[in-house]
Amino acid sequence: MSSVPDTTIPAPFKPAVAPGKAGVAIYRHRLATRIGHWINVLCLTVLLMSGAQIFNAHPRLYWGQYGANADPAVLAMAAVEGPNGAAVGVTQVGPWTFRTTGVFGLSKERGQITERGFPAWLTLPSYQDLATGRHWHFFFAWLLVVNGLVYLIHTVLSGHLKRDLLPRKDELRPRHLGQDIWDHLRLRQPVGEAATRYNTLQKISYLAVIFVLLPLMLLTGLTLSPGMDAVLPVLLDVFGGRQSARTLHFITANLIVLFVVVHLAEVLISGPWNEVRSMITGWYVARTGKAGGETPS
Amino acid sequence: MSRLAPTRRRLITAGAAAVGGLFLPGCDRLSRAPSFRTFLDSAEGLSYRAQRLLQLGQPLAREFEPRFLSPTFRTNGTALPASPNYQVMADQDFRGWTLRVDGQVMRPLNLSLDQLKAIKARSQITRHDCVEGWSAIGKWTGTPLSAVLEAAGLKPDARYIVFHCADAMSDQPDGTDFYYESIDLIDAFHPQTMLAYALNDKPLEIGHGAPVRLRVERQLGYKHAKYVMRIEAVDSFAKIGMGKGGYWEDQGYEWYAGI
Repeated sequence: MSSVPDTTIPAPFKPAVAPGKAGVAIYRHRLATRIGHWINVLCLTVLLMSGAQIFNAHPRLYWGQYGANADPAVLAMAAVEGPNGAAVGVTQVGPWTFRTTGVFGLSKERGQITERGFPAWLTLPSYQDLATGRHWHFFFAWLLVVNGLVYLIHTVLSGHLKRDLLPRKDELRPRHLGQDIWDHLRLRQPVGEAATRYNTLQKISYLAVIFVLLPLMLLTGLTLSPGMDAVLPVLLDVFGGRQSARTLHFITANLIVLFVVVHLAEVLISGPWNEVRSMITGWYVARTGKAGGETPS
Repeated sequence: MSRLAPTRRRLITAGAAAVGGLFLPGCDRLSRAPSFRTFLDSAEGLSYRAQRLLQLGQPLAREFEPRFLSPTFRTNGTALPASPNYQVMADQDFRGWTLRVDGQVMRPLNLSLDQLKAIKARSQITRHDCVEGWSAIGKWTGTPLSAVLEAAGLKPDARYIVFHCADAMSDQPDGTDFYYESIDLIDAFHPQTMLAYALNDKPLEIGHGAPVRLRVERQLGYKHAKYVMRIEAVDSFAKIGMGKGGYWEDQGYEWYAGI
């Protein structure tokens, strides 16, 4: 059934010939992965925006066991009176202060200039409502945890983790990593057989999100719960206090946003239609290379 | 397939546009829809049950060393209850204050501040976590709530303890909008749950809830009712206030504030 020599491609990825010049259609993402992916998109979007709403209730971050208005902040957004009497939005990060009118500290809410940390288009709900933001946040936090657990069990039991996500030994050799970084910098896309699987940097970043950032997000979030602090006081020692955990929760959320930005950029670079379709239908069209080698000449 | 592609493309484009353009207003609309709120609220029951399961051994909230005390312990909520009754009591150093304990109890009580202090005392340096996000650490001294409830004797029907406060939450103090709070018996009998009358070894200031406020250390700040006047044991809080178990709960906040 195949014109491509069936070599190392594992069973679920058996290629099928696609008509025309598009290349080879490959069944790249299984249903469970696809459903899990889109639930994650929904959860992370809602969690990020409702998290911004919760942050806005007290747009100051601290380091240590305690922290309130009289204590020094490591990050703070506020509106202050400017030199000509008009309000200015300012963001303080450590020793530095930036003017951030219109975005942080002071922005428009329903046409009205309002003192608020994050702007209305970034918060859920868009208007100031901590109670509602919390309801959204905790519902979707539970959904993310359930989805994450199902994904973890599936990814281990199905062999997805070992087969597709864990880098092979030879992939971690400096020469290979260097080549991978160089390909990324030149925006070179893999073709042929190499296009059927994740590249090494991709594997490492996915593993970092799955096994470092998301667990860190959950654990720092749990540290903010006084009920959980009684159950697991060790959380307070690991993160250096509830207010440190709140700051780390914020930083980790930003790292996940950074991942999403790079992830979306890669989708755009490598062909958004093909990529988005593959995450919806499972089918990905791999460009056929000259020799199907890993590194195009 | 090549013929299908444009259709799919259009589908994906339309889908992305729909998600982007409708997401924000859609979420705002959902936020206001009572049925969707009930749906979201289901997570509260999950959090409550999960935490109560994990807290089976009644673990304590962390107690800190004095070096962790907040240099400034900020106040929040009511700064000074407006009722004339309260102001008369405050002028007399709360000598006229009594704590009423009633409802589903065997022996209703009226306790003066001195009588309350005589029951039993406990001090703890704990962290106060406001729902807004800030935390302050202070040393609280008070009477364990369990000792008061044991003195009154709960009837078998009692399921919640309601705290009625002296601070009215609107300009028309008609007796229906006083601050109130409620907790379950698990928290009511937790060793750190107390009626606190001192903060950092000084009598509670008015901003902190003088003469007595609740400390319920494994929950957020709004559960820690200030200006407590009456403690009522109930089988249900459905007929108190707007029926959600507390002033902020009636405004949409969770009844279980352990998270």
